[in-house]
Formats: sequence, structure tokens, C-alpha cells
Amino acid sequence: MALLIAQLLTGLANAAALFLVASGLSLIFGVTRIVNFAHGSFYMLGAFIGYSLMQVLPGHFWFWASVLLAGIAVGLIGVIVEICVLRPVYKAPELFQLVATFGVILVIQDLALLVWGAEDVLGPRAPGLKGIIRIMGEPVPKYDLALIAITPFVLFGLWYLLTKTRIGILVRAATQDREMVGALGVNQAWLFTGVFFLGAALAGLGGAIQLPKGGADLMMDFNILAAIFVVVVIGGMGSLPGAYVAAVLISVLNVFGVSYLPQSTLVLMFVVMAVVLMIKPYGLFGREEVAGEHGQVGEPERPIKPADARGRMIVGCLIAALALLPMFDSTFLTILITDILIFCLFAASLHFLLGLGGLVSFGHAAFFGSGAYVAALLVSHAGTPMELAFLLAPLGAGMAAVIIGWMCIRLTGVYFAMLTMAFAQLLWSLVFQWGEFTGGDDGMVDIWPAEWLSTTNAYYYFTLVVGVGAIILLRHVAHSPFGYALRASRDSERQAEATGINTKHVRWAAFAFAGAMAGVAGGLFVFSKGSVFPTELEIAKSFDGLIVVFLGGVKTLSGGVVGGASLELIKDFLTRFEFWRLSLGVLIIVVVILAPEGIVGTVRKLAEHAGWMRSKNAREVTGDE
Amino acid sequence: MKFQKIVLGLVASAMFGLSTFAAQAADPIIIGEINHYKRMAAFANPYKDGIELGLAEVNAAGGVLGRPLEFIYRDDQGKPGEAIKIAEELMTSDGAVMLTGTIFSNVGLAISSFAAEKKYLYLASEPLADALVWAKGNNYTFRLRASTYMQAAMLAEEAAKTDAKTYATIAPNYAYGKDAVAAFKKALTALRPDVTFVTEQWPALFKIDAGAEVQAIERMKPDAIFNVTFGGDLAKFVREGSTRGLFDGRKVFSLLTGEPEYLDPLKDEAPVGWTVTGYPSYDMKDAANKAFVDAYMAAYGKYPGIGPLVGYMTVQSIAAAITKAGSTETEALVAAFKGLDVDTPLGKITYRSQDHQSTAGAFLGTVALKDGKGVMVDWSYKNGADYLPSDAEVKLLRPASN
Repeated sequence: MALLIAQLLTGLANAAALFLVASGLSLIFGVTRIVNFAHGSFYMLGAFIGYSLMQVLPGHFWFWASVLLAGIAVGLIGVIVEICVLRPVYKAPELFQLVATFGVILVIQDLALLVWGAEDVLGPRAPGLKGIIRIMGEPVPKYDLALIAITPFVLFGLWYLLTKTRIGILVRAATQDREMVGALGVNQAWLFTGVFFLGAALAGLGGAIQLPKGGADLMMDFNILAAIFVVVVIGGMGSLPGAYVAAVLISVLNVFGVSYLPQSTLVLMFVVMAVVLMIKPYGLFGREEVAGEHGQVGEPERPIKPADARGRMIVGCLIAALALLPMFDSTFLTILITDILIFCLFAASLHFLLGLGGLVSFGHAAFFGSGAYVAALLVSHAGTPMELAFLLAPLGAGMAAVIIGWMCIRLTGVYFAMLTMAFAQLLWSLVFQWGEFTGGDDGMVDIWPAEWLSTTNAYYYFTLVVGVGAIILLRHVAHSPFGYALRASRDSERQAEATGINTKHVRWAAFAFAGAMAGVAGGLFVFSKGSVFPTELEIAKSFDGLIVVFLGGVKTLSGGVVGGASLELIKDFLTRFEFWRLSLGVLIIVVVILAPEGIVGTVRKLAEHAGWMRSKNAREVTGDE
Repeated sequence: MKFQKIVLGLVASAMFGLSTFAAQAADPIIIGEINHYKRMAAFANPYKDGIELGLAEVNAAGGVLGRPLEFIYRDDQGKPGEAIKIAEELMTSDGAVMLTGTIFSNVGLAISSFAAEKKYLYLASEPLADALVWAKGNNYTFRLRASTYMQAAMLAEEAAKTDAKTYATIAPNYAYGKDAVAAFKKALTALRPDVTFVTEQWPALFKIDAGAEVQAIERMKPDAIFNVTFGGDLAKFVREGSTRGLFDGRKVFSLLTGEPEYLDPLKDEAPVGWTVTGYPSYDMKDAANKAFVDAYMAAYGKYPGIGPLVGYMTVQSIAAAITKAGSTETEALVAAFKGLDVDTPLGKITYRSQDHQSTAGAFLGTVALKDGKGVMVDWSYKNGADYLPSDAEVKLLRPASN
């Protein structure tokens, strides 16, 4: 009994920092609709700034003052980020801003490394709260009790701010319908900035307040990211009490998980999230997502059309050039382009789901990884010939997508995204944990292609044919009746249903198809590298895909491919330099600001302005929406 | 880029044509070094400093085969796929004669498999996975550092001397942690069949819930604890554990904790009394070790961690292998590495021909506080050769040798 209570208290104490950070994320999302990937970076900055302040400000009073000051400092950094990076892109398509926040992550990572150095720092203990108190004989650290006491006050303060003050009323109004708030004469820009300040400050506070229980290091930004998204989603996006309940739930379950099921640490919170979302699709306290905007943000999407003769010629020439490449250049360039082609296919398959289906998946890497692992497992456990294993890779990935799709497809928007992420994470932990079968994180090695493909050039041609073929197939499907049905389901579910399209089935099929295509990419990948590791199923891999699809342009057919190729090329070039993350981050932010419709969308627009492409007509033909 | 390369190639070949034979002889020998310079900045950059120190010494002494030795450093973002791409570029475009580097075991394994397929030589300097030389070992991969198995066996030997009967283990939930626990259990139960393991804790790497872990271990009341956590996880575990009195009256055996990289950040909270493997470079007395430490301190103003030592020994090993081979051809280098003796700060080490593992050992000691920071005391150097399985066993562990 005593132990149970002590464990409960540990869980409650752990919930404190998690709640602070998650509530900030929830607030920001609720009002601005921005999925802020950089929230973990704010948390990290809070920890480092708090640490630096505590080094120079001693004593009781100054310890707590440092925590607060760290929060305020991070809030101000949040304001800078909002004004410089996000404000210019509010009008971009939904979720586009997450690319900008990804750039911010990279910039903050390198700057933090510059300022605080590479070594982990151990947080100072809280003055006066160093010891323990025995509760029924079990030791409980005093600082834990302080954390447990503080959190409800913060929750109450936020609740008061949001429900009892004018600012709170405006924030809540903006959460429900920001266009209306704007129409009523409220300066939206400053409202957004204010919310961003508050959200970032909460993250900073969370980072500083956990210092006595740990410290600050350069990996804490990514390490907390998944957890806070899980908390926000379980609680219901935008709901503060929800975030609190979810933070407590996750933390307490985790404590008991550690004691009674020690292997569960990787996966527990994702299981909880999946269960909650299956029962309550909008989280514990969330409401159905009301379309905050009337129609889509930005310009209406153009109807797609098959490439014209000129377009085909350009692509044909490009492919011909690629086909001739091995005769001219070094092995390395063919290797690089093999990598790029594989990544482009992965991005194109995600783009099919995201652009045409409107289904934002945060877990697409699951299918890339499934393809790779299916092939690898077949080769190493069953001695399957490479050709057969390669053919079975998309089948395996497609099967995974059928199953995961069935469970995710009834959700929409961010909840759909999070559920796909949860399942991707489940798959990842399965692969990671099941060492005897999948090799765990030591991966599967020595998975090399058959004799006839073993030279670099042969494999290059194989990738070129399969990769380009699959990309063309994806494009072809977009123009098929199935593609039309998919887009109809995206644009107007009710009208699509009325015309006899079973939108659920269409989405499900699209999910499975995109998964299978990602599996092709995974199959190509495993034989080109000769090995596969759980990193290919990671959240980071899914995010890489998302970034390039948005960067290339969601509302264009070739966005995924162009985005993938550009980012891979730039990365290959930039990683040769010392501060490549800083430069890549700045570059991404600049591109996002200059090209809010993605690379392809913006280039097309420029071309139209210059008169190289005619499309004003095209838009007139379709009429305006 | 292609165009650039062609131009560069033309210029290079033109210069080559013009240059005399003597000039060609002074072309540097290039080694491709792949690491996680950003993801693991705290480890990779000091390691690079160690390499630079080694290179300066080798080149000041006239290089190898009359040519200067040069490293090209590349960042792989910690991704195995990326590392393989870079490896290919280093070998085919940059003219590297062999590959080295990486800290993460999975990246090391990826490069190792690739090296075997393409017949490139790879010296795995830092990755610890046992699979590198055993289960997945191959003809083209050699490993420098004392492996997980060796270091766990050293700790098990110490543990066997105590009267502790029940053990708890705590290790990050990934391959390194699992290997370490398995090795420790195997070695300890071989020496002391009466020992039992009462709980195994597996926190997620760098996401430890230290309070909960401490409670879970305390619940089982073990006599002793075997710890594999490191970095931020270690700091949190130590803090929660000492706050809640977990370590009072218990023996703790801890892997790598004595390495300055992990011990220094703990400052005055270093876990006094723990038995650890590590590198007490601040305390070196014998000539070989001291010479390296002094040179490093002169160059960088602080005592070296294990990273610089490994970097330095990497250079020494490569220089010795090239000298012994008398050429930079891969097959000659592979032959040279087998049974290669290298004089290092740790004394003479040998790259065993049976499994390509070097006999570099590790230091074993007890943590104590000195001037407000953790140090290793009562330490001794354990020769790696004494902690490797017998040749017959190695033959079973390493399919490649059959």
C-alpha cells in the first residue's frame, strides 16, 4: 500500500513538467492551428536558460525566480519565432507551418550547441528541497511534493486566464472561429503572438522546473516531442484540463509500467493513445474539430491535369539524362541518385495520401520500414531469393497499411495524424524489441541484391526503372477514376457520398496503395544499403517525408518528388560543413517564407507571371469555387 | 556538381600529368572517418581532437610510407543509410584507402556489412557491439575498443568477489544495454552459480523515468545493482537513487561510468563507492599513458576522456597497419591488421586474427570524490586479452571464421 502511494506520487510529480509543456502546445494549436514541432526546442531552451540563470543567482528566492525568468525568456524567443517565421506563412495551406517549425528546430539545435556546448549539464538541486520526507515509511523527495503542489496552481491560473479575463475570451473565441474574431475587429496578429508567447513560456517553464530532477542536454528537444503530442491528443487538442488529466494518466501508468512490466517503456504511452483514440476519437476532453476556416486557406486548389507535351518532354529528357549518367560519372553520383530516387518514391507515396487524399499521416515511415523489413526478414530467415523478396516487400507493406488504415481511417485531421503516428510507433517498438527475430536496433545486415544486380550501375538502373515506374504509376492513378473519387472525398465528403462514392473505402484503399508504394521504396532501400535498422521506421523518418511533401508543394502533383530531390541534394551538400543544421534550418525557413505554396507551386506561379505557362485560362475553365 | 567534378577531375589529371614522380610520392594517404559529429557532439568532437593529435605526431615523424596521413571527417547524422552513402563517396570519389569511425553500434554494423560486400577495410574504433566481431563479424572489419562483453566481464569478476547474492540490473532498452546485461549475467553466474537476478529494468534510452526505476529496484531489495545507463539517464538515476537512498548499503557495478565523459557532468554528485570501468586519465603514472595525457593537455588544456584516447589509438593502429603492409591496397591492409601489434598508451595491443578484436583493455576502479568532482581510485588496468572467450568459443560465436 505504502509503495503504491509512493509510486502514485512519483507519477504525479513526473506529470508536472509534461503538463506544462503540453499545455503550451495545446494552447498554440488551439488558437493558431499550428502543429508546433519546435515546442520541444522551447522546452530545451527553458532548461538551458534556467540552468545558466541558476548558476549566477543563488538562494531560495532566486531559484524560483530563475524558473520564472527562464519561462519569460523562452516566451520572448517564441515571440521572435512567431513574428519572423510564422507570421509570413499563416496564409499558406493548412499544416504547412509545421515545415517552418521544423526549420526552427534545426536552428535552435545548432545555436544551443554553440552557446552551451556539447556536454550534458546536471541541473542544480532546489535549495531547501533537497531531502526526502517519509510517507508511511516510503521515501518521497521533497521536490516531488513541490511539483505536485505547483501544477494545480498553474492549471488554475491558466483556467482563470482563459475563462475569466477578456484576453481569455478572445483566445477562446479565436479557438472556435478565428475568422469571425478577425471580422469583429480583434487584431488577430497580436492575439496569435500573445498566445505564442504564453505557449512558449509554458514550455520554457516546464524545461526549467524539471532541472532538479535531471538536467539539460541537446537531445531533450526530440526526446519529449512525441510524449507531449501524445498528451495533447489524449486530452483533446486545445483542452487544458484534458492535457492535465492526460499528463497524469501517462505519467502514473508509466510508473506502474516500469515496476510491473519493465519492457513496456518504449511503447506504453502509444498503446494508451491508440486505445483512447479508438474509443474517443477526439481525445478525452476534445470536441470534434470544427472547420475553423470556411473552406481551405489560401488559393483554391487547381484541378490536376496530365502533363502537356512540353512537360513530358522535359521529364523524358531528365530520365534520359539519368539513364546515361553511369557512363559519365563516378560511382558516388550514381549512389547518391539511387538514394534520392528511393526517397522521392517514398515522398511521392506520402504525397499521394496527403495531397490527393487530404490524409495527413504522421506515420508513413511505418510502411517504408515494413517493406524494407519484410524483404530483409525473408532473405535472412527464409533464404528467399532477392527478386521474390523484393516483390513481396510492397505486399507486406500494403498488408500493414490495410490493417493500420482500417483502424485510423475513421478519424480525421490531426487525430488521424496522431493515430497513424501511434501505430507507426507500435510497429517500431515491435521491431526494436523483438531482437531474436528482427535483430532489434542492431538491425538486419548482409541483405544484398542478387548477382545480376550486385554492381552499383546495375542496381542504379534497377532503381531507376522501378522507382520512376512507381512514381509514374502514382501519377497515373491520380488521373484514374479512383484518383477522382479520392479527391472528391477530400474536397467534399458529403457531396461525394451523395454521388455514390463510399468515401471510407476510397480512403482506405488510398491508404493501402500509398503504403504499398512506400513498401516498394523500402524494398529498394534495403537492397541498396545491404542493411536495415529500426531508424527507418522512426517518427523522424515520417517527419522527413512530411517536410519534403510540404516543401515541394502539397497542391501540386509533382510536389513530393521535387521536394524530396531538392532536400536530399541540399542535405548531401550541407552536411559537409560544420554548422549544417543551422544553415539547413535557415534555408528551410527562407524557402517557406518565400514559397508558401511549396517549391513547385511557387515556381509555377513565377512561370505564369513571366508568361512561360498559360494557366489563367485553365483556372477560368474550372470556374471559381 | 557532376560538372564540377569533371572539371576538378580534368584539372587534377592535368596536374598529375605535369607533376613529377617525387611530387606524387608526397600525396597524402586518405582515411575516411564517419561519425555523428552533431548527434553525439560531446563524444565525437573530443575523439576527433585525439585523431588530430595522433596525426600531428605521425606526420611530424615523416608520415607513413613517406607520405602524410590525412583524415576526411564526415557527419552521418547518426543514420546508418546515410553513413553507407558517405562511405561509398569516401572510397570512390575522395580516394580514401580505408574507413573508420562511428559510435553507434547500428551504424558500425551497417558500415561493416557494406565494407564486406564492397571489399573495403573498416576499423570500427568506438562502437561496442559484440556482433561486430562475432555474430556479424567479417573479414574486412576490425574493432579497436574493449567491447561490451569484455567490460561487463571485468565488472562481473569484481562482483563475484563480493558476498552479494541477489542482483538487480538496469540498462537502456536497446541492443547495447541488452548485450551488456546478458554478458554480465553470463560471466557472473559462471563464477558464482549461487547468484540470482531479481529484477531487470529497461528504461527507454534517454527517456528514463528515474523515480519509478528507483522504486521498482528498491521494491525487490537486491544486494547489488548492475547499471548500464549513461549520459543524461545516468545523471537522473544517480540523483533519484541517492535522494531516495537506493544505493545505501548496496554494491553497484556500473559500465563506462568512470569515463570522464560520463563522470565529469555529475560533479559533486558522482556516485561514491560504485565499481566502474572507465579511464582515469588524470591519474596516469606510467610513461606511455602519461606521454599521451601530457600531449593532449598541452594541446587542448584539459585531461582527455576515453574519446580522445580511442581517436589517438585509431591513428596509431592505422599507421602501424599501413607500415606493416607496405601498401595501401585493401587486401594487403587486411592481411596486415590480422595479428597486428600496436604500441599505444595502453601498452602493446594486438588485433587478434581469430576475431579481429583488439586486446585493448579498460580501467576498473571505484568512484570517489576529490575536489568536488568524481574520480576513479584504487584503479587497475585490465588487459582485454584476459576477458575474451576461448578460441574454441570464439569460433562458435563467429560464423565468418568457419
